[in-house]
Amino acid sequence: MTTESVSVTIDGLSVSVPKGTSIIEAAKHAGVLVPHYCYHPSLPSPAVCRMCLVEIEKFPKLVPACVTPIVEGQVIHVHSPAAIKAREGVLEFLLINHPLDCPVCDQAGECELQDFVFQEGQAASRYGDYPKRYNPVEDFGPDILYVANRCILCTRCVRFMDHVAEEPVLNVSERGDRAYIGIDPSATLDHEWAGNVVDLCPVGSLVSKDFLHKARAWDLDKHASICPGCTQGCNITVDTRDDVVVRLRPRANLEVNRHFICDTGRRDYRWMNRGDRVDAPVVADAAGRRTVAWPAALTHVAETVANASGSVVVLSGGRASVESIGWVLRLVDGANATAAMHVPLGEERAIGAVPNLALRRERAANLAGAEMLGMTADWATAVHAASSAAVVIVLDAELTDDEAAAVARAKSVLHFATVADPRLGASAILPITTMVEEQGVYVNRDGRAQRFLPAKPAPGMAWPAWRIAAEAWALGAEGREAPGTASAAFTALEPFAGLTHRDLGFTGRVVAGAGVSA
Amino acid sequence: MGYPHPIHPKETPLLSEYFGDVAARSYDGWVARGGYVALKQALAMTPEAIVDVVKASGLRGRGGAGFPTGLKWSFMPKDDGKPHYLCCNADESEPGTFKDREILRWTPHALIEGCAIAALAIRAETTYVFIRGEYTEPCTIFEAAVREAYAAGVIGENAMGSGKRIDVVVHRGAGAYICGEETALMNAIEGKRGNPRIKPPFPAVSGLFGQPTTINNVETLAAVPPIIVKGGAWYAGLSLSSPKSTGTKLISVCGHVQRPGTYEITMGLPMQELIFDLCGGMRPGRTLKAVIPGGSSVPIMTPEEVAACATDYEGIAAQGSLLGSGGMIVMDDTTDMVYQIMRLARFYAHESCAQCTNCREGTAWTTRILERILRGQGKMADLDLLLSLADNMTGKTICVLSDSCATPVVSGIAKFRGEFEAYITGARAPAMAEV
Repeated sequence: MTTESVSVTIDGLSVSVPKGTSIIEAAKHAGVLVPHYCYHPSLPSPAVCRMCLVEIEKFPKLVPACVTPIVEGQVIHVHSPAAIKAREGVLEFLLINHPLDCPVCDQAGECELQDFVFQEGQAASRYGDYPKRYNPVEDFGPDILYVANRCILCTRCVRFMDHVAEEPVLNVSERGDRAYIGIDPSATLDHEWAGNVVDLCPVGSLVSKDFLHKARAWDLDKHASICPGCTQGCNITVDTRDDVVVRLRPRANLEVNRHFICDTGRRDYRWMNRGDRVDAPVVADAAGRRTVAWPAALTHVAETVANASGSVVVLSGGRASVESIGWVLRLVDGANATAAMHVPLGEERAIGAVPNLALRRERAANLAGAEMLGMTADWATAVHAASSAAVVIVLDAELTDDEAAAVARAKSVLHFATVADPRLGASAILPITTMVEEQGVYVNRDGRAQRFLPAKPAPGMAWPAWRIAAEAWALGAEGREAPGTASAAFTALEPFAGLTHRDLGFTGRVVAGAGVSA
Repeated sequence: MGYPHPIHPKETPLLSEYFGDVAARSYDGWVARGGYVALKQALAMTPEAIVDVVKASGLRGRGGAGFPTGLKWSFMPKDDGKPHYLCCNADESEPGTFKDREILRWTPHALIEGCAIAALAIRAETTYVFIRGEYTEPCTIFEAAVREAYAAGVIGENAMGSGKRIDVVVHRGAGAYICGEETALMNAIEGKRGNPRIKPPFPAVSGLFGQPTTINNVETLAAVPPIIVKGGAWYAGLSLSSPKSTGTKLISVCGHVQRPGTYEITMGLPMQELIFDLCGGMRPGRTLKAVIPGGSSVPIMTPEEVAACATDYEGIAAQGSLLGSGGMIVMDDTTDMVYQIMRLARFYAHESCAQCTNCREGTAWTTRILERILRGQGKMADLDLLLSLADNMTGKTICVLSDSCATPVVSGIAKFRGEFEAYITGARAPAMAEV
C-alpha cells in the first residue's frame, strides 16, 4: 500500500488520509458520520442501500461514499441540501414496507434505521394505506431468526456468509420489492461464526433466539471485555441488565477479531451469572471450619504458605488474569513451585476469509500470559505433583474427580474459588471474582496484552485473586506493600514492567513473541 | 425482401435486406449473398486499422446509449497480457423493442461475422453472445449458424486459415430484463445473480471474469461487416440530418400503426414519414396521440414533437426524448395514457433487481399509486407525490432501471396531466376494479 496521502474537505473540515481511502472512511477521520446501511468496514461494499450518497463539488451526480475513493482537493458535502434530500428519499423508501414494530423489536434502541430516521427522516409517511409486504418469520439456524418484514436488503448477511465465513448459504431471493433474504433449503445457518450476521444486521431482521425479548437495548449496560473462551482473545462487549449478563457481542479490533466473534464464545456467558458463588472466606483448621473476615483468611494463607514443608503446586483455570497468576506465583515464590494452567482442548474453527482468526484449539484465554509468568500447560504433571505437595493452590480450576482426589491428598489446599468444591478438603476457601467482575489483562496467542473491565459487581466479599495473593504476600515479610489497584498489580509484574492498564488502551498492545499484528 | 412487409422505398435495407429470406440463414446462403468477405478482409488488418475504419464510420451503439463504437473499442488496453472478451448483448428485453430478434433469426451469420471482426479489433478470442431467454426461435437459429460457421472454419481455432482463434459462445438468458444491463449481463454469464455492478471499474478495465471486456449490441455488431467492406466514409455518408448520427437504424414499430414491424431507415428520416409512410399511419378515423420512440425507458413524445422530429440521436434529443434502442411504441387517440404508464411502471417494478433501495421500493410504490388512480381512488396530491418519487429515483442508483421507470411517469404527467386528473376527479370512470 502506498503511504501517499490525499487532502480533501468534508463538510468544511480538512482531512488528510492515505490515497485510495473511500469518502466514508475519510469522513470518519474528519469526525463526520456518513449515514449508511450496506457498507461495513469488514465486508466488500456493494453500494446498494444508496444512503451514503454525498455531494462532491463540480460532480454532476451524488456519489456513493462507500465505494468512491477520494481525490486530492475534492470538496465533499455530506450535509448539503441535495445529500440530505437524497437520504430523506432513501429513508422514506426503506420505511414504506417496514412494519414499524419497534415496540416489540429486539433491535429498537440500537437500530440504525431508527437512528437515521430520527435524525433525518420525514415526520409523516406519504405511503398511505397500502398493504405492506409480508413474509413470515423464518428459522435460519440454531440461534438465528429472520424477520423478513423488517429487512432492508442491505445484504450484509449475504456478503458475510459469502466472503467472510465462505459458506455461501444465504442469497437475495426474488426481485423488486418482493425480494427477501433466502437460505439454501438444504442448509441451516449453523456455521461456527454465523452468529455475526445478527450483529451485522443494521435493523431487527436477523435476531438471536437466545437474546430474543430478553432486554431492551436502552436498559443494557455495556462493558469492554475480552472473550475468555480461547487463546484468540477476541474483543467483546459484555451487555448486562441489572447486573445480569444477557449477551456477549464482538467489539471491533482490526488486529485481533475485526468485527467478529465465534458462536462458541458468544454462547458461553451463563457461568457469569451463577447463583451458587462463594461469597465469604472460609477457613478450616484446628479451631474448626468457619466463615471468617478477610484479615483472618489472609493470615491463614500467609501462614500456610510460610509453613509449607515441601513442594508447592499451583493449579489454575484458564480464565485467570495475568495479575492473579502473577501474584499467586509471587506469593508462593513461583521459582520453586510447580504451576500449570488447565487448557481444555477443542476443535479449531477458522472463520474463512479473515487471516489469523479462529476459535482456537486451546480453550483458555490467558495461556500465553500464564506462560510468560512461568506457568506451563503441563496439567497432568502438576496434578500428579499436587498429590504429594505441601501446599496446593487451586485458582478457580475445574477438576475431574480423579484430579480432585489427587489434590485432596496434599497436606494443605488453598482454594481460590468462585464455587466451593468439597472434594478438595481445602483449608481455606477464598472467594474470588470472575473476569467479568474484575479488571485485568489477558495475553493472547500473538502476545497481545488486552484489558478487560468489570461488567458486574462481585458477590459478597469476593476479591480478585491477585488481591488476596498480594495481601497475603505482604504479610509474609516486613516492608512489603500490596498493590492497591489492578493496574498497579499489572505494572509490578516483571514481563509487563512499566506498562499500565491505561497504556494498553482498548485494543491492547503486543508485549511478547512474534506478534503477527504488531 | 423485408419481413413481414416488402421493403418500402424510403427504407435503406443494409441489415434488413435479407429479412424474410430463409436461404440467408445458412452458411452457404450467406456466403452467396456476400457474407464473410468482410471477415476475410479484417483478418488481414491490424486491430488499430479495424478500429480506425469503425471510428471513421461514425457508428454509434445501437443498444440505447449511442456511444461511439470505435471509441469504445479503443478503450481496450493493449499488450496487457490478459485475456480480452467481447460480449454481444442480445438480451433484447426493452418493451417495444424487437429489432435484434430479426437479425438473430434471419441473418445470424451477419452477427457472427460482426462478432468476429469486433473480437479481432479488441484482441479478444472469445465472444459471448447473451441471448434473451424468451428468444427460443432466434436462439435455435443462431446456434445452428454458429455450428455451421465452426464447421466451415470461418471461426474456431484457425479462423479462415488465418491462424487466429475466434470463438463464439452462446449464453441463453433466463428471462430477466435487468440482464440486458451490460454489467448485469456479465454477472449472469459468470453464473451470478444478474445484478448490475458499480462503475467504475468500467468493462474495458474489468468486465467479464474481471478481464478487459467490450460489450456491443447485436445491431451494432451486425453493422460492422458492411462498414469494413465499403469503408467508414461510405457509412458516415449515410445520414439525412446530423453528421453525428450516421448509417442506418433498425426501428421496430409497434402499437397503433397500420403496418407494425421492423424498418431500417437512414439516420435522420423524419419521424412523421416513418410513422405515416412506412408504417401506414393510424387506423382509419384515428389520430396520433403519443409516441415512445426508443424503448419504454425514454420520455413520451406528443404529435407536435413527432412532426418536428428527425429520427436520429440528435433529432429526437432535440424534441426532449431519446432514440434509445429504436423500439418505437405508437399510440393513437384511443389510448389510455394513465393505464399505459401504469403498465410500464409495473414492468419496471417487476424487473427491478432489488439491489438499490430507490429502485426496489420506488418502482413498486409508483405502480401502486398509478393503480390507485386508475381505480378512481387517487388524490390530486398523488401527482406531486409521483413526481417527487420520480426525482428520488432518478440519478441515484447503480443502473438506470429506476430512472427508466421514472421517465415515462414524469413525461406522462407533464404532457397528459388532464387524463390523470380525469381519473382523480371522477370525470372518467375507473379503468381498474376497486379493491
